[in-house]
Amino acid sequence: MAQALTRAMRDAMAEDPTVHVMGEDVGTLGGVFRITDGLAKEFGEERCTDTPLAEAGILGAAVGMAMYGLRPVVEMQFDAFAYPAFEQLISHVAKMRNRTRGAMPLPITIRVPYGGGIGGVEHHCDSSEAYYVATPGLTVVTPATVEDAYGLLRASIASDDPVVFLEPKRLYWSKADWRPEAPAAVPGIGKALVRRTGTSATLITYGPSLPVCLEAAEAAREEGWDLEVVDLRSLVPFDEDTVVESVRRTGRAVVVHEANGFGGPGAEIAARITERCFHHLEAPVLRVTGFDIPYPPPMLEKHHLPGVDRILDTVARLQWEN
Amino acid sequence: MTVQELPGAGASHRSTTPPAWRPRTDAAPLLPDPEPYRVLGTEAADRLDPELMRRCYAELVRGRRYNAQATALTKQGRLAVYPSTVGQEACEIAAAMVLEDQDWLFPSYRDTLAAVARGLDPVQALTLLRGDWHTGYDPREHRIAPLSTPLATQLPHAVGLAHAARLRGDDVVALAMVGDGGTSEGDFHEALNFAAVWQAPVVFLVQNNGFAISVPLAKQTAAPTLAHKAVGYGMPGRLVDGNDIAAMHEVLTEAVRRARAGGGPTLIEAVTYRMEAHTNADDATRYRGDAEVEAWKAHDPIDLLERELTARGIIDEAAVKAARDDAEVMAAALREGMNADPVVDPMDLFAHVYAEQTDRLREQAAMLRAELEAEDQA
Ligand SMILES: Cc1ncc(C[n+]2csc(CCOP(=O)(O)OP(=O)(O)O)c2C)c(N)n1
Repeated sequence: MAQALTRAMRDAMAEDPTVHVMGEDVGTLGGVFRITDGLAKEFGEERCTDTPLAEAGILGAAVGMAMYGLRPVVEMQFDAFAYPAFEQLISHVAKMRNRTRGAMPLPITIRVPYGGGIGGVEHHCDSSEAYYVATPGLTVVTPATVEDAYGLLRASIASDDPVVFLEPKRLYWSKADWRPEAPAAVPGIGKALVRRTGTSATLITYGPSLPVCLEAAEAAREEGWDLEVVDLRSLVPFDEDTVVESVRRTGRAVVVHEANGFGGPGAEIAARITERCFHHLEAPVLRVTGFDIPYPPPMLEKHHLPGVDRILDTVARLQWEN
Repeated sequence: MTVQELPGAGASHRSTTPPAWRPRTDAAPLLPDPEPYRVLGTEAADRLDPELMRRCYAELVRGRRYNAQATALTKQGRLAVYPSTVGQEACEIAAAMVLEDQDWLFPSYRDTLAAVARGLDPVQALTLLRGDWHTGYDPREHRIAPLSTPLATQLPHAVGLAHAARLRGDDVVALAMVGDGGTSEGDFHEALNFAAVWQAPVVFLVQNNGFAISVPLAKQTAAPTLAHKAVGYGMPGRLVDGNDIAAMHEVLTEAVRRARAGGGPTLIEAVTYRMEAHTNADDATRYRGDAEVEAWKAHDPIDLLERELTARGIIDEAAVKAARDDAEVMAAALREGMNADPVVDPMDLFAHVYAEQTDRLREQAAMLRAELEAEDQA
């Protein structure tokens, strides 16, 4: 996935001279995860810039650059280090189009490596999506596959709106048959995809939890359950129709994500499903999420993150026999 | 353990400093003069440009009248709130005057007058405060960023814009305005540092008007002056009398010239005073005494200039009257523009959130439309 992301920025920069990558250590080092590897060499430090260490400054400067017609792609080094930039994000980035009555859209892509499962210490593993999702004006995207990493990042950079592009850290190293010479076209931002069809229940998920859900769906076959898995891909806009269609078909739904459950995206999704599928539901919509705790230390994270067993236990609670 | 005993601290290393760690010695002198720079009432006034000063005078009078009119409009309920710049007109006017057409102004919420002096329609400039829309103008058309309410957050924007313009080879300078309280915000520091590292063509203008709402400068900073803050970032800091428009014009012009020539950013502290309350919601008697306000009245920016120009025969009674008449015309137009009830379309709520409407917003828009239609029928 890491390579696909790099390639997406590279191709965008080659095609459009207004695309500028900036952030901490993105130049010579190529980013702490090497996602910007080689960009400074190929396009020069003016287009792939090592900035001073200041997240509000980085995003604030990106606002000014976007005002002047550039398309900044900003790297926030880790989820929890994006917080100093929230003032800029929420007060300006998300609102500039609205404040100026459409006269000044801000085409900024904010890449945030997020989520846990990599044995990182605290402040390196937050699932921060709920903060972004709660902010009108932001588009929030998260790929779970290598194709999507490329396709969605290209779409984000091309978007005339600011996009928070959440990169699941633990999928950086995921491998897949992916041909950088000819990347497959993927549906754009705002479309969810059924990654596995099934009839017993729908698992609704995104980003780092997709592979876990697919694994759970395989394991569920032993129990005689045939699970459908929907990958949201984009949290805002939220593709309600794909979700609703699936749940109306299966009659049962479980939302799975790493972020804390209380006030997390799953709460919103469950509410929407209940509003639109009430008469089709055979069971209440359930959620499998991280606990409502600050991200735990590495030796405990496996207890916090939704895993296959917890998903299967929850699926079992969907009252099959009735 | 002595230093010599530390591992790696052998005698041969003791006296050398690794080259990369040497402080820069090529930097120009950065420390500001301890006294605010003045022109009016000093020998420097001998070289005043009469034509420029007549313009300054007319603009100041207009600016004062604009302040008075806007304040009156809050009393009539036409404006939700108005942060007055009475006493600070010289800063506002000079900031607008030194910019070329292609340059950008990044005002704070207090700086409507600077935007108007740059040529923005006074009614458009007041939409934020009137409440019909956040920004009543196209920022690109006027090269005036939206008035920024969160303090100091517009400063990094100015840096980014100036940087982008330079990358594109355009001759553009950004002038960003902030209050004394705003200099304590993180964004102020990050913006100055970015600007200096990038050598961006930016001028930072701090209007030190004595207070951040009720908090005096002494509780805001322990630095000798706010201009001193420039030094640590590696840019020159200038301290100037913010009520002396000739001094303001000169210092700002020099900073803009430097920025345009590739010399990098400058931090300017204009020492001035907020004569009126923070806004109409504020009771200034709770934190400052009449004596202080009276003392500053004697240092009024319009009086200072009028005295100098009259003594030198640059303006006469007729010029003073002409300036006042012109200001009245502006005030009448502003009154008229503001007295027309703004027409607002509720459906605008959903119009400018995303480039492409989301399903969610379409649904909510439909709900509001139905509510409005039901109201119409009732
Ligand atoms: C980030 C932020 N914090 C607090 C406020 C509330 N507030 C509005 S104006 C103000 C004082 C600003 O003082 P100063 O920067 O000196 O500017 P002045 O009002 O004197 O022009 C405060 C605290 C704000 N607008 N933004």
